[in-house]
Amino acid sequence: MAVLEVRDLHVFYGNIEALKGISLQADAGQIVAILGGNGAGKTTTLRTISGLLRPRSGSITCNGKSLVGLSAHGIVAMGISHVPEGRRIFNVLTVEENLNLGGYLIRSDRAMVQQRKGAIYALFPRLLERRMQLAGTLSGGEQQMLAIGRAIMSDPKVLMLDEPSLGLAPILARSVLRTVREIADRGTTVLLVEQNARQALTIAQRAYVIEVGRIVLEGEASELAKDERVQKAYLGGFEAVSSASPEP
Amino acid sequence: MGPFLQYTVIGLTVGSFYALVALGYTIVYGIIRLINFAQGDLSMVGAFIGWTLLVSLGLEHLPLFLAIVVAFVVPMLGTAIVNLGILQFAYKPLLNRSLLAILITALGMSLVLQNGSELIWGPAIEAYPPNLLPAEGMFLGPVHVTYVQIALVVVSLLLMGGLVAFVQGTTLGTAMRALAVDHDAARLMGINVNQVIRLAFVLGAMLAAASGVMLGLYYVQIQFTMGFLLGLRAFTAAVLGGIGNIPGAMAGGMLIGLLEAYTTGYLSGKWEDVIVFGVLITVLVVKPTGLFGERVAERM
Ligand SMILES: Nc1ncnc2c1ncn2[C@@H]1O[C@H](COP(=O)(O)OP(=O)(O)OP(=O)(O)O)[C@@H](O)[C@H]1O
Ligand SMILES: [Mg+2]
Repeated sequence: MAVLEVRDLHVFYGNIEALKGISLQADAGQIVAILGGNGAGKTTTLRTISGLLRPRSGSITCNGKSLVGLSAHGIVAMGISHVPEGRRIFNVLTVEENLNLGGYLIRSDRAMVQQRKGAIYALFPRLLERRMQLAGTLSGGEQQMLAIGRAIMSDPKVLMLDEPSLGLAPILARSVLRTVREIADRGTTVLLVEQNARQALTIAQRAYVIEVGRIVLEGEASELAKDERVQKAYLGGFEAVSSASPEP
Repeated sequence: MGPFLQYTVIGLTVGSFYALVALGYTIVYGIIRLINFAQGDLSMVGAFIGWTLLVSLGLEHLPLFLAIVVAFVVPMLGTAIVNLGILQFAYKPLLNRSLLAILITALGMSLVLQNGSELIWGPAIEAYPPNLLPAEGMFLGPVHVTYVQIALVVVSLLLMGGLVAFVQGTTLGTAMRALAVDHDAARLMGINVNQVIRLAFVLGAMLAAASGVMLGLYYVQIQFTMGFLLGLRAFTAAVLGGIGNIPGAMAGGMLIGLLEAYTTGYLSGKWEDVIVFGVLITVLVVKPTGLFGERVAERM
């Protein structure tokens, strides 16, 4: 059964229709990639699911329960966590405080907060070393680790990531995506927006391609990776690139 | 040297009142970039609620400790409700509108509180029970300090310490600081932004009310207009310390209190406002982020 299901989503910015009927679904423990060029509507899709934007029409359900009309904080409480585009960590707070806020909804259960922080520090030992440092002083890669760590403090059913590898050196980008794979392997459903289509398709099971607010292609990630149109538009010659870099 | 130290004691006492009101400005501004000009008038409302309890309802005849506790707690709660009402009915509908609309509304709310209080309590000057607190004091070297002064400064410091402990030490307080940076990111943490904004208004009002009751106890006389100048001076204090910055508001309050005391002592009371608002204008022109303003600059 689909953990997250989006049907016929229409979203407007003023008079401009940014999403023109998006439908997608993600099953438990799956990584679902959303690909598309600049301005296609990927970020808009995620922001609508997490309640930061209101759709004009369409439905969004998590395990059968509707999310439309809930407040953003209510949607987090339903088990959906969103690592926004550009990370948006709280620069003036410490690493530890950022993680504490990730656990805002469970803040009265201190033991649980400690335990989850421990798990995140185990996943990202770099964060443990820097826990008392202001988040704004972290490197780009560390900031991305913090953004992901902060988002999984609430132990979400669905984790949405908006271009987590953007601006990272290839090695770091791969390591971030490997971590995403690990998180999914523990049972979390992942919705992954990526410009880095090649790598996204290697870790995802399903993928959707969005162009100007519409889904133009969808299917198994491995199938899409072979699709000629995808290769042309997003992979820049999939085979060539993949043989040039030793990706397992 | 004697007079100087004496003025310093007075300055720190008055400064702690300004600091409390300035904190209200700063907490609210930090979260929603709103200058709640009603802040000083909230202090006045607190002073009148305290006066009603102590004088009209005769609490002054209760055991001193009990009377004082009630005279602080009830005005703090009452004023918090007033400030929540202002947020809900006046500011909330405007939060996504122009800054100017909110600014004018804030000035309007200041007038609403003044005129509302005039209707309820009348235009006359009222007096706190003058003999409620002991008038004695002690000499610290050449300086005479009354026990009341000591008590007021201690209570102010406790309130400020409590605020800092809350904001720095709890997850809810951390959420307040996070809101100063990024509302949407805060929402994605599961933070109910409106609830945290309400919390800021409650805290700001409680600090203002406490300062109002202290002003009543210290100066004895209160009137419905007293919040106006108090608010402006506290605003100056908040700007001086870098608006949005909590330690800055405290330091700014103390500095304005000292400045006022030295001016009155060495020049004349007539110069107080000239000097204080001269400082406001100078800070706005020379260093708009205030003395401790780095963090505001970071956020802008
Ligand atoms: N706040 C906004 N106001 C008006 N239009 C917007 C706003 N945000 C996005 N848009 C428009 O909506 C469309 C979809 O934008 P969106 O940010 O969802 O694209 P994206 O796929 O995430 O692109 P990118 O890969 O560049 O991040 C674009 O045409 C964009 O210009
Ligand atoms: Mg985007």
